[in-house]
Amino acid sequence: MKQLTVLSGKGGTGKTTITASFAVLSKNAVVADCDVDAPDLHMLLHPRVVKTQKFKGSKLAIIDRTKCVECGLCREKCRFDAITENFKVDPFACEGCGVCVIVCPVNAIILTERISGHAYISKTEYGFMAHAMLSPGEANSGKLATLVRQNAKILAEREHSDLIIIDGPPGIGCPVIASVTGVDAGLVITEPTLSGIHDLKRALGLLAHFGVPPFVCVNMHDINKDNTEKIVSFCKENGIGVVRKIPFNPVVTKAMVNGKPIVEYAPESDVAREIENMWKKILSALRYGSD
Amino acid sequence: MIVSIASGKGGTGKTSVAVNMALSIGNVQFLDCDVEEPNAHLLLRPKINQTEPIYVSVPVVNERLCDYCGKCAEFCQYNALFVSSDKVVVFPELCHSCGGCALVCPKESITEEKRRIGTLKLGSAGNLELVYGELEIGEPMAVPVIKEVKRHAKNGMNVILDSPPGTSCPVIETVNGSDFCVLVTEPTPFGLHDLKITVQVLEEMKIPFGVVVNRADIGDRKLYDYCEEKNIPILLEIPFQRIIAELYSRGIPFSMEMPEWKEKFQILFNEVRKLVGK
Repeated sequence: MKQLTVLSGKGGTGKTTITASFAVLSKNAVVADCDVDAPDLHMLLHPRVVKTQKFKGSKLAIIDRTKCVECGLCREKCRFDAITENFKVDPFACEGCGVCVIVCPVNAIILTERISGHAYISKTEYGFMAHAMLSPGEANSGKLATLVRQNAKILAEREHSDLIIIDGPPGIGCPVIASVTGVDAGLVITEPTLSGIHDLKRALGLLAHFGVPPFVCVNMHDINKDNTEKIVSFCKENGIGVVRKIPFNPVVTKAMVNGKPIVEYAPESDVAREIENMWKKILSALRYGSD
Repeated sequence: MIVSIASGKGGTGKTSVAVNMALSIGNVQFLDCDVEEPNAHLLLRPKINQTEPIYVSVPVVNERLCDYCGKCAEFCQYNALFVSSDKVVVFPELCHSCGGCALVCPKESITEEKRRIGTLKLGSAGNLELVYGELEIGEPMAVPVIKEVKRHAKNGMNVILDSPPGTSCPVIETVNGSDFCVLVTEPTPFGLHDLKITVQVLEEMKIPFGVVVNRADIGDRKLYDYCEEKNIPILLEIPFQRIIAELYSRGIPFSMEMPEWKEKFQILFNEVRKLVGK
């Protein structure tokens, strides 16, 4: 079984548009949306939820005010400034470490479980999908992304699918790391802007750090041809395959508004054709070795 | 006044709005809190005056004192310690630096050491002061780096915070303590969906907010319906123009080449000031 993660570093470069198209083109792949705090893939793939799991991410300290003697030890020892002057726990600052619980001399503090989100196993028109929704403002997006990947793996084994396509979150922090570790290839979607190039290099650095073979796709390449050239030659110098350049086309937004993957909404468009070519190239690289 | 710029969805134009607003007003300190992918410096082209490493504390176990009782691993909520019958393994990248393991160790065999996870950069572009952080590649935790950037916020200045995308801990850390949050979105299903999640977060945190609609003429009208229904002020609309996209691609804040926008960003800032009451 192979795993491919679509990532970008910079947000809004087209990860989800491309992942959704891959889901259509692949026929039998399991799709995993690991962008758990701002998931969008479901708006194109319209999954029907088959199973819901509660996700317990982190714990939260609660102070029993009837026992509290306001000695202030918990405030002093808390490194997250999560205990207010009137001895309440700030849920946005508390990381659930439990230091306050052990330092409290009168046992007035306990750690409680909090439901930090939900994970879903779903069916779409194109196959199975694992996804999740982190509750707004919760921490532990990396843990939830890991749960989504575990679910995707179980689904792939059960359905005899030989490929998992993972839609990654933007950035290079914990949920991205959770989305790329141990995968067979990472496809970085970039755009020909200075930010796009800067963030591409950091995303490629992340893949190299975890030993994941990279592919690069330049989306909206005609917005700045000089920058596209720079990306292509940077990749060439570093031995990274640029699998495809995709033009800017407003039909992508129209497809999104209509809730459809672009390869289905406008299969004859230049964008759809390029995505299809890219898909074939990646698939053969995954099957017959990417290097 | 502290104003953060956030979005939910990535790539909606947060940095562009933050930078153009910052360049249109005076007395600005700009804190780029997107430490995973900081971009504001690409548009501001600052002179960097100071570079400092950012550290977190992680445990070190003195195995001569340790009797492998396992209390530290049992305490750790992040699975950053593993204790077997004759070995303690620390996973520093999982550690949240709470210090609890050292507190629970009955043999006092745990001390802490510094571990570098990022870099802080301080610079200036004209009259504007810029502070930004860079998370080291491969490090998972952005929050301590964001905290370090925010620690440099100055009183009495117009502090503008550029937030990372998403709605989880790095965003919370960035917007916490802001007087106002400007949400930059686009009128597409993705833009609206992620905006709604961010609105929930800000409502819970009791931070006042308004919306800037970028690429205002693409997509559909659902964003406008939502803002009207929820009574969310739309502070500015920026149309989709190829010239704006091209300027951005070259790292040029568009208000520098299109001076009519300077005034619009000043009006935006004054509107925010009015809504905050400062």
